[in-house]
Amino acid sequence: MSLILKLASRNLLQDRLRFIATVIGIVFSIILVSIQMGLFLSFERMVTTMIDHAPADLWVVPFGTKCFEDPSLLDEHDRARVLAVSGVAAAVPVLVGFTQWAVPSGGTTPVFIVGSDMTGPGLHPWHLVQGDLHDLEAPHSVAVDKTYFDRLGVAKLGDTTDMREQPARVAAITSGIRSFTTTPYVFTSLAHADTYTGTPPNKVSYLLVRVAPGADVGAVRQRLAASLAKVEVLTPQEFRTRSRAFWLFTTGAGAALFFGAILGVIVGTVIVAQTLYSSTKDHLGEFATLRAIGSSSWYINKVIVSQALMSAAIGYTLAASVGLLIVQLTADTALPIVMTPTLMAALFALTVLMSIASAMAAIAQVLRIDPAVAFRQ
Amino acid sequence: MIAPLRDCTPVLEGPPVLEGPPALEGSPVLAGPPVLEGLPVMEGPPVLEGIGIVQRLGKGAGEVQALKGVNLALAGGELTLLMGPSGSGKTTLLSVLGCLLTPTEGEVRVRGQSVAGARPAALARLRREHFGFVFQSYRLFPTLSALDNVRLALDVRDQRGNKAMAKAREALWVVGLSHKENACPRDLSGGEQQRVAIARALVGNPSAILADEPTGALDSENGQSIMTILAQIAKDTSRGVLVITHDPRILPFANRVVHIEDGRIREQAPQMTPFHALSAALAVQAA
Repeated sequence: MSLILKLASRNLLQDRLRFIATVIGIVFSIILVSIQMGLFLSFERMVTTMIDHAPADLWVVPFGTKCFEDPSLLDEHDRARVLAVSGVAAAVPVLVGFTQWAVPSGGTTPVFIVGSDMTGPGLHPWHLVQGDLHDLEAPHSVAVDKTYFDRLGVAKLGDTTDMREQPARVAAITSGIRSFTTTPYVFTSLAHADTYTGTPPNKVSYLLVRVAPGADVGAVRQRLAASLAKVEVLTPQEFRTRSRAFWLFTTGAGAALFFGAILGVIVGTVIVAQTLYSSTKDHLGEFATLRAIGSSSWYINKVIVSQALMSAAIGYTLAASVGLLIVQLTADTALPIVMTPTLMAALFALTVLMSIASAMAAIAQVLRIDPAVAFRQ
Repeated sequence: MIAPLRDCTPVLEGPPVLEGPPALEGSPVLAGPPVLEGLPVMEGPPVLEGIGIVQRLGKGAGEVQALKGVNLALAGGELTLLMGPSGSGKTTLLSVLGCLLTPTEGEVRVRGQSVAGARPAALARLRREHFGFVFQSYRLFPTLSALDNVRLALDVRDQRGNKAMAKAREALWVVGLSHKENACPRDLSGGEQQRVAIARALVGNPSAILADEPTGALDSENGQSIMTILAQIAKDTSRGVLVITHDPRILPFANRVVHIEDGRIREQAPQMTPFHALSAALAVQAA
């Protein structure tokens, strides 16, 4: 071990209580940041989950649609116009809308209906754990996610309820299809979606456009935009971006998460800075000696930054372990926290940066020491 | 006023007194008889010079003139004692000569080169390259072993690896502490800690060793041991040793004694000590 690291580690461990306090500060700070950012990633995925799973090269949406859950409607006649455009292979209608689910034990809860053709190409439920798509073609059949069993008051295939006084039977069960709004998604056929949402039969929410093999998506999009009125033609990526922008920023939900993360960084930085500062203060005499014997400022900086980085490495390791445990524990809940390798790496970089920033005050303090102090004390 | 360093040659009058400082047990440098080259004669430029040093400390009404035009030169191969009452400016002078303090007026020359106008980084480099410091309170790093404390002086000079380790071990051997290289300062006596501090000062092969009351916190026996080591170190003609002390018992180790009072050098005189007299007499006998 280099002498700098040895000196740094011994300085850190000399006051174990303070070292533990530093590490706890880093751990809490990083856990707070990782939860906030993990929720952000989770929300980011959730708000686009339907778009991600829709088999569309282009989306035809009502003009001004803000997100997938925006209940504006298209005229079904638009579908014929879309199909008439050169390069379009298919235009699959999707109907979405909020309605009330009668909880068998009493009362109602809002749900979000996603209606599509269940046997042909369409926006189908995925991660089916019980039942299959054909079961959803039967009258009044719906698919729900097991995450929301308690909310919906159902527990198994065959359980029944009603929506807008229309019967509904759980014919398929999915796992992991969660909604950012926490309103459960309920998949059903297009025909039943009309009745469950009270939408006129000639209206749909979106048209999922598949372009013909070899056709240029950009060119098809231009032709669609030119031939349709009061609609927008979006690529899936554009629709994702728009949905994220609406839910995470226009509503302030994302900003709140970011604010929480920033708060975590500030708290962590202050805690580490405070403990490093007091540790450095306790060792001022030694740093003065180092300066007196001619060590460069860079050498002293390396000792202090090494102390900060050691605290960071230990704190990060513990925080990452706790963070991964939290990810496991929340995996099957309505509010899962997502941890990706990129987020882990970003958190490590953040921890390092936070610790180095924390070391600045201590470094400034040491660089102000008069080396002649070594003779005076 | 430049020190009359060429007057340091001893005068061999009277019989040698066989009362040298006690030999340091286990110290390799003292295992045999003293080195018998006689007292040092300043040849070439001094290793360290302070010329017309004025040092004002504090500001405004609290300003104090700690040094009032001090001239002092330190020759290679010479152990100089700097004595004076508390507040006379000894430590301030040591700090200025050691490039720890920039003088308000005057000039410091290290190996003939003026350090005037040097920036803090350049001063730090000068301290690394030319000085070894010994402090009254040892100033060892309590969490590091004796060996690591010595290695630290090499580490700040970017000297690492096996060669540095060997040098550090050699320095500990010189001060007789090879057997305690892994001991932490808390496990060493005051005298042993000061010997580690001397090894740390010595290991970088400095031009000058500046020691502030190195025996101040030690009992008589340990104080004598420390001064014996410093006197041996000063026998290297490429190196000067300047020691601040209040302790008249260490006068026998000095080649020269400089008295400072109220920020001015009052007297500097070559010191003919029994130790030197013995050394010189034996040298003559051997010749």
